[in-house]
Amino acid sequence: MTEALLDVEGLRVQFATEDGVVRAVDGVDFSLERGRVLGIVGESGCGKSVTSMTLLGLTRGANARFEGSVKFKGQELLTASESQLRKVRGAGIAMIFQDPMTSLNPVQKVGDQIVEMIRAHEDIDKRAARLRTTELFVEVGIANAASRIDAYPHEFSGGMRQRVMIAMALACSPDVLIADEPTTALDVTIQAQILELIAKLKDERGTSVILITHDLGVVARLADDIAVMYAGRIVEQGTKESIFYDPQHPYTWGLLGSIPRIDRPKPPKLHAIPGQPPSLVRPPQGCKFRPRCPHAFAACFEEPDLVARVEPATHLDRCWLTPDEKRGRRDETIQGTTGEEAA
Amino acid sequence: MGVFVIRRLIGMVLVLFAVSFITYLIFIKIPGGDPAQRIAGKLATAQNIADIRLKLGLNHPFYVQYYDMMKQIFERKLVSYQSQLNVVGQIEEGLPATFSLAIGAGIIWLFFGIVVGTISAITAGRLSDRLITVLALIGISMPVFWLGIVGRYLLAENHPFGFLPDSGYVPITQSPVQWAYHLIMPWFVLAVLFIGFYGRVLRSTVLDTINEDYVRTARAKGISYRRLLVRHVLRNSLIPIVTLFGLDFAAVLGGGAILTETVFQLQGVGQYAAMSITTLDLPPIMAVTIYATFFIVVFNFLVDLLYAWLDPRIRPA
Repeated sequence: MTEALLDVEGLRVQFATEDGVVRAVDGVDFSLERGRVLGIVGESGCGKSVTSMTLLGLTRGANARFEGSVKFKGQELLTASESQLRKVRGAGIAMIFQDPMTSLNPVQKVGDQIVEMIRAHEDIDKRAARLRTTELFVEVGIANAASRIDAYPHEFSGGMRQRVMIAMALACSPDVLIADEPTTALDVTIQAQILELIAKLKDERGTSVILITHDLGVVARLADDIAVMYAGRIVEQGTKESIFYDPQHPYTWGLLGSIPRIDRPKPPKLHAIPGQPPSLVRPPQGCKFRPRCPHAFAACFEEPDLVARVEPATHLDRCWLTPDEKRGRRDETIQGTTGEEAA
Repeated sequence: MGVFVIRRLIGMVLVLFAVSFITYLIFIKIPGGDPAQRIAGKLATAQNIADIRLKLGLNHPFYVQYYDMMKQIFERKLVSYQSQLNVVGQIEEGLPATFSLAIGAGIIWLFFGIVVGTISAITAGRLSDRLITVLALIGISMPVFWLGIVGRYLLAENHPFGFLPDSGYVPITQSPVQWAYHLIMPWFVLAVLFIGFYGRVLRSTVLDTINEDYVRTARAKGISYRRLLVRHVLRNSLIPIVTLFGLDFAAVLGGGAILTETVFQLQGVGQYAAMSITTLDLPPIMAVTIYATFFIVVFNFLVDLLYAWLDPRIRPA
């Protein structure tokens, strides 16, 4: 096994708010090897973005508390100083954000925004940095790259802006690329183009990717490994194949069942997971998914650990049901043959 | 762009006309505003008043009078009803003092407003922010005439902590050192209100900007904090400050610092305006109105141009 590029252990992030302490991330472990793509999946507010932003120290603030460890190439990032982190940001770990419409500075030329980043990390002159920016624009598929680097963000469409963001993220050849819902704000056709672009660049450059999304279709396309997050915790983790073909956690079933599929008979009603994600200030007792889980039983008032319950041993989950019980019940949810309907 | 400039220039002339005409109408309608009666005095006969009317052309319809007065202003012939001095000449005499006050105070309030607002925003919720907030509210609440008099009482020569001149204006051509020395107190007294106000406005725009997605992007790029603050946060937060500054600065240039000029006896345009109003002296009031309106519309126009330069999104394509 190759040494992990990024190793996250027992990560907890808490924010003090007026309503109480929000446990946004509540004990997350994962590691990322060179060249692999990890998909972190979950619905809004499950802590997936906070997890990724914490890797770069972007959630630091007066009201934030951190526990655990984030090691990047052996360097602890959670306790690193701002100046140490600055060297990692962009150069070691780069990030693409969800909304390309608001993620670029509206009053600065896009090329300058990338040049600024290159020159923050490397001692090169402006001309060389501009040249590299132009090359990056060509690489991410922006036409007329040489003149487009002098355009302002509002002169680009959403998909093109996301290409600019990707060019920026790749500018210093990072080891890890974090893509936080990179396609959520885009049209479906553009989504496919952007995903293909990320896949292509990952293959060409051998970059590791953390792909954060609520869309299992997106991870199916790109990810090698998947971590399903719910209420600040990972509830199921494994390779893409084992998660898709042998999902163990009822929440994962719900996510899989809520995707419309054209390769299966049309269900009477598309599955929806009933209820709302739990409060992160006062989470439910035991398994966090228990209040929304149709299969909950007495044991669920105690939270199961994230351990291997099935083969392969890398496939971990947090559910008290036996593997046989799971296999017997999950198809109802995933294939939508059940009468279990949205509330 | 050319069309834009021409349209704005025409608009500026129309605004000048409208403001001066409305001021004129208000004046001739207010009780006791009749210049002939005021000039003739308490014991005047009807004949005296009629003679003065004829002499000043006050027997014409009001729009003809308005036209005559405007013509005289632009021909630099208009004289005061009270002092018989040429009003344009009087305004020109007040210009150096008013400009000196406005430019000095403007630099001070812009500089300290930005510094105070930025510090307040980046330390939001901490002691320095709270202290600045309290001081800003005190600054905004203190009337200039009160602050000016207290300043003179405490800091002017022959007073408890006196080290500054009491009042008055020394032309820069006569002695630059004395010029600045005499203006230090007026500059700061006038600037205090604006510093407090700009600091508060900037604090809130900086706090809004800091939470923008593009600032997060900039942080994720690994650039220095200083660059993040200047290039990404302040660069965007200062856009509304430009509008405020353009208009406030124009108002002070246009003689709007009436209280400061009067408290410190600067003999500027503002003080001239104040004097003319107390004696209901129409010609200088009209001339000062046009003079002030001119600065307001010109600076409004400059602000628009500057805006387009600062924010590429509103540049005409």
